[in-house]
Amino acid sequence: MRVLIRHESILLLVVIIALFTLSIQAEQFATIENLLNQGRFLTEVSLVALIMTFVIVTGGIDLSVGSILGLSAIILGVAWKKMGLPLPVAIGVALSVGTLAGLFNGIIITRFRVPPLIATLATLALYRGLAEGISQARSIRGYPDWFFILGQGELLGVPTQLWIVAFFTIFTGFILGYTTWGRATYAIGANEIAARFSGIAVNKTKLFIYSASGFAAALAGVIFVSRVSTTRSDMGMGLELDAITAVVLGGTSIFGGKGTIIGTVFGLLLIQTLKNGLSLAGVKSDGTYVAIGFVLILTLLISNLFNRSSEG
Amino acid sequence: MNNLLRKGNRGKFFSKFLANYGQEIVLLSSMIILFIVVSQVNPRFLGGNNLNTIFSGNAYIGVAAIGMSILIITGNIDVSVGALIGVLATICGTLAVSGYPIWIAWFAPVVVGMIVNSIVGFIVAYAGIPSIVVTLGMMSILRGGLISVTGGDWITDMPEEFFLAQQNFLGIRVPLLTLIFLTTIMFYLMSNTTWGRSLYAIGGNSEAARTSGIDLKRGVVLAFAIHGMFVGFATILFATQLNIIASTVPPNLELTVITASVIGGVSIMGGTGTVIGSTLATILFAAIGSSLIFIGVSAYWLRAIMGILILSTVLADMARRRRASL
Repeated sequence: MRVLIRHESILLLVVIIALFTLSIQAEQFATIENLLNQGRFLTEVSLVALIMTFVIVTGGIDLSVGSILGLSAIILGVAWKKMGLPLPVAIGVALSVGTLAGLFNGIIITRFRVPPLIATLATLALYRGLAEGISQARSIRGYPDWFFILGQGELLGVPTQLWIVAFFTIFTGFILGYTTWGRATYAIGANEIAARFSGIAVNKTKLFIYSASGFAAALAGVIFVSRVSTTRSDMGMGLELDAITAVVLGGTSIFGGKGTIIGTVFGLLLIQTLKNGLSLAGVKSDGTYVAIGFVLILTLLISNLFNRSSEG
Repeated sequence: MNNLLRKGNRGKFFSKFLANYGQEIVLLSSMIILFIVVSQVNPRFLGGNNLNTIFSGNAYIGVAAIGMSILIITGNIDVSVGALIGVLATICGTLAVSGYPIWIAWFAPVVVGMIVNSIVGFIVAYAGIPSIVVTLGMMSILRGGLISVTGGDWITDMPEEFFLAQQNFLGIRVPLLTLIFLTTIMFYLMSNTTWGRSLYAIGGNSEAARTSGIDLKRGVVLAFAIHGMFVGFATILFATQLNIIASTVPPNLELTVITASVIGGVSIMGGTGTVIGSTLATILFAAIGSSLIFIGVSAYWLRAIMGILILSTVLADMARRRRASL
């Protein structure tokens, strides 16, 4: 019974109902081709949301991920086209800049004890501003063909980036669920002072998590550029709220200390299912946002109701 | 430390004043320094109607930030404020165009804003779901709903007398006047009434507030409703300042409003801050944005510079707070 009323189980049920209803409503929905193609659109937000799960489990939040995505995309374009670096090196530079941007968030949060919401709100403006300033709002295109394998190609019949997401999912799920790192993440979110006293390197763990968040956003940026064949400074705007929605929908408590990777995965699946299914059923894309908003609030209401009755 | 200050003479009074209104003083002095420096580089900055225009164009952000400050002081937040302003502006404009009396068009956003936010407040208080999550969902609903309904069309051809924000009163634009008026009233209410003090108690120490007889749940719902009212006021200014109402609002408007509150000295942990701070922060940031253009900085670097400024204000504030708590 306990397993049945867990948030993840309720969510899985909702996903199944949505999939079932939508495949009746729209014939094109339940085709393998469509589902795999949807995976492409899901990649960027998934990478960010998986690490965001760690961030929120520690009781923090990272609003700057969308801006880091944009900044990394611009750095990639500028390093390759303007500075003439070989593309693989430029990718490396973009990933490093993203990771450093995340590390910088972590330093502000741990060393200067600025609340994560405020710290990343400030860097949201800063990183997006750097992207705009460096690019002077000009887009960069003309990447070599091999680069598009990442965002548009296939490997064994599955879109390339889905392999990356799959690897990321298993990796992060393992870390959060089965390692001391994962336990430390929960401990920090549940009670930071207690975690400190029990010898957990709180600051080091947080620094690492925020850097990882920056890295994931940068990787998402590189894949984004490869998928749409161009670099623009407004890439990834609003991504942070999409990612947070998925994580929270997945049952991670915004107060920290609670949450799972599998929950986040279900949250992502539900959002993308709704987006794609409803649009195939003839609802305009903006209408799907209304549905996502209602699902977010209702799922949490129901889940809270069950949890309260099981506790009381 | 506070007791020591209270006992003291005039010098102590000054340091108490400094401790209580530190952030407001910092903002005000930065603004004065900014005006002096920029007017040296480009005298046109202070001339003509420039300041009046800058402040009026951003007054709606300041009004929304008053509501946001009330919420944040109680330990809550609203990330749907940008989307709500968009929805309310459309309602406001549609009513004006459809021939309803102007006062109904102006009144509607205030009422609808209060209703929407009361619902949010009700879910937050009685279902125990964190406000950031509920308003995240609300943002999705409002933003998606708005575009689905309007199809992205603009509203034009409002009657002449609709444009409240373009009027002048005593030589000052109405939006700026509204901002000053609302800030003064809210500052008084929040520092001198039981209701105002209860807001700080709810955010500062909810357990203590509960045991001293404050109804936490009702207090939170009321704070949301008042915030909704201010979003309504902000909408009137926003919707009547231009001759068109687009079905979009400036991107990241909610973050701009939250930033103004926080930079104004409202702690995101709840329990502290004043609306004077949030209003000063709004005006300061509007002034900085404009002065960068006046001294010839490329518009593409504006956001980066604003980011650095926000970051340094936050860091300076943290340092000041830590010193104060020692």
